[in-house]
Amino acid sequence: MAYSEKVMDHFANPRNVGEIPDASGIGEVGNSKCGDIMKMYIKVEGNVIVDCKFKTFGCGAAIATSSMATELIKGKTIDDALKLTNKAVMEALDGLPPVKVHCSVLAEQAIKAALSDYYRKSGIDPEPIVGRIEECDHEHGCSCESC
Amino acid sequence: MVQIYADNAATTAVNPKVLEKMLPYYTEVYGNPSSLYRIGAKAKQAVENARESIAKNLGAAFPNEIYFTSGGSESDNWAIKGVCRALKSKGKKHIITSKFEHHAVLHTCQALEKEGFEVTYLDVYENGIVKPEDVEKAIREDTAIVTIMYANNEIGTIQPIAEIGKICRAKGVIFHTDAVQAVGNVKIDVQQQNIDLLSLTAHKIHGPKGCGALYIRRGIRFDNIIDGGAQERGKRAGTENVAGIVGLAEALQIAVDTMDERIPRLTKMRNRLIDGLLQIERSRLNGDRESRLAGNVNMCFEGIEGESLLLSLDNAGVSSSSGSACTSGSLDPSHVLLSIGLPHEIAHGSMRLSFSDENTEEDIDYILEIVPKIVDRLRAMSPLWERIKADEAANKN
Repeated sequence: MAYSEKVMDHFANPRNVGEIPDASGIGEVGNSKCGDIMKMYIKVEGNVIVDCKFKTFGCGAAIATSSMATELIKGKTIDDALKLTNKAVMEALDGLPPVKVHCSVLAEQAIKAALSDYYRKSGIDPEPIVGRIEECDHEHGCSCESC
Repeated sequence: MVQIYADNAATTAVNPKVLEKMLPYYTEVYGNPSSLYRIGAKAKQAVENARESIAKNLGAAFPNEIYFTSGGSESDNWAIKGVCRALKSKGKKHIITSKFEHHAVLHTCQALEKEGFEVTYLDVYENGIVKPEDVEKAIREDTAIVTIMYANNEIGTIQPIAEIGKICRAKGVIFHTDAVQAVGNVKIDVQQQNIDLLSLTAHKIHGPKGCGALYIRRGIRFDNIIDGGAQERGKRAGTENVAGIVGLAEALQIAVDTMDERIPRLTKMRNRLIDGLLQIERSRLNGDRESRLAGNVNMCFEGIEGESLLLSLDNAGVSSSSGSACTSGSLDPSHVLLSIGLPHEIAHGSMRLSFSDENTEEDIDYILEIVPKIVDRLRAMSPLWERIKADEAANKN
């Protein structure tokens, strides 16, 4: 298993690490038992994501995909962010080893979880817009399609 | 850039002196040891000299108790399958092993379960050491073999092999030990320690990869697993890896000759590293501190994940390994760390550093300088660490 240079770059120099104190939405996915947790913060103004930060407990790919996901949605509209797929995150990182595709799914879910939180805080039911975010469950294995 | 190799439990660099002894057997004395002409006979002589030297260094009674194999995994497979299959017709269908054996042993036991054997997996407790009394209690009328590793490959804990050997001998049960990590690092005497079968490999002691041996005490009945030609007295077919065998014998000789100087030196280095790393908040040493291989350090740092620690160490020039799920390719962290009772979330944050004669005090200085910085950096971006600290604060109030 080897990581691409881009993955190693985003792992060694992750973009947008941290928290947003007055975030419009916060999403957390994964669990410590499985070995990865991603927490995403978004700041929305109008319908634009003006800032996005993350904190991740996990492997190199988990950190790199979190970093890349924040890069891909920062400055974009909410509609664009909703369209972000794990595939786009992977492609932007020049690919991931097969066993690490899971991490890109987690990054997509983390963004969606933050957007759901934003809608909830705005008094809007997120499910019809964002969809359901499947929780990772250690006993039954990961719910992401790639695992 | 700094380059420190600290993964000697995975494999080691070949000692140039070992390589020098091996080289002629590739290009000059390349004859097949089964052939009668001179370069065949010379190769055969080299194999027999190696056998004698290895037997002596293990305390074996006879050179022909040493059988050459392709390495540790083959030796483990052969020892356990060979003995179990030979004893099955006598009604023996029970195996005793421990929960934290190498997969070469565990998966072999699982394969034998499919052939109708029952396996008892002994506890290794929090310190990572099998209790001899547990072995004694587990032995049954139909026990075919007890197989307990000499020293654990991940946490380096050394098992009470002589005591287990004594119990097995008294009960008339065959005792195998996977000594892949221990050979050359611990004083071994198969006769004194009542060991019936012992697996070893060259590449953990600065020898070549792809060559190992199995000691089988004279009188033990065992089946073959590799059938073919009459090599190894008809017990293990295949043209001998002559250069590898020469390398194995030389590597073992050097390891044994240098042990008295090396072990105290490595132990001192190891303890300094452990003490230094334990200064890091919420860190722990995995496995017993005293009954431990001189070159093994295995630690967990809460709130971070092992693979990201390993990659960060690699970026800083240090080769290490981890028992995290991410390095195993599954959702579960290492079975060894789980066997000593670590919860999943802590086991994910493990780091193993393993040292050999080639490491220096300067290596330890450097590792002690970089690891706290790496841990701090990863914790600063970890939501798990954030939660741990929040819980800590809540408990204080």
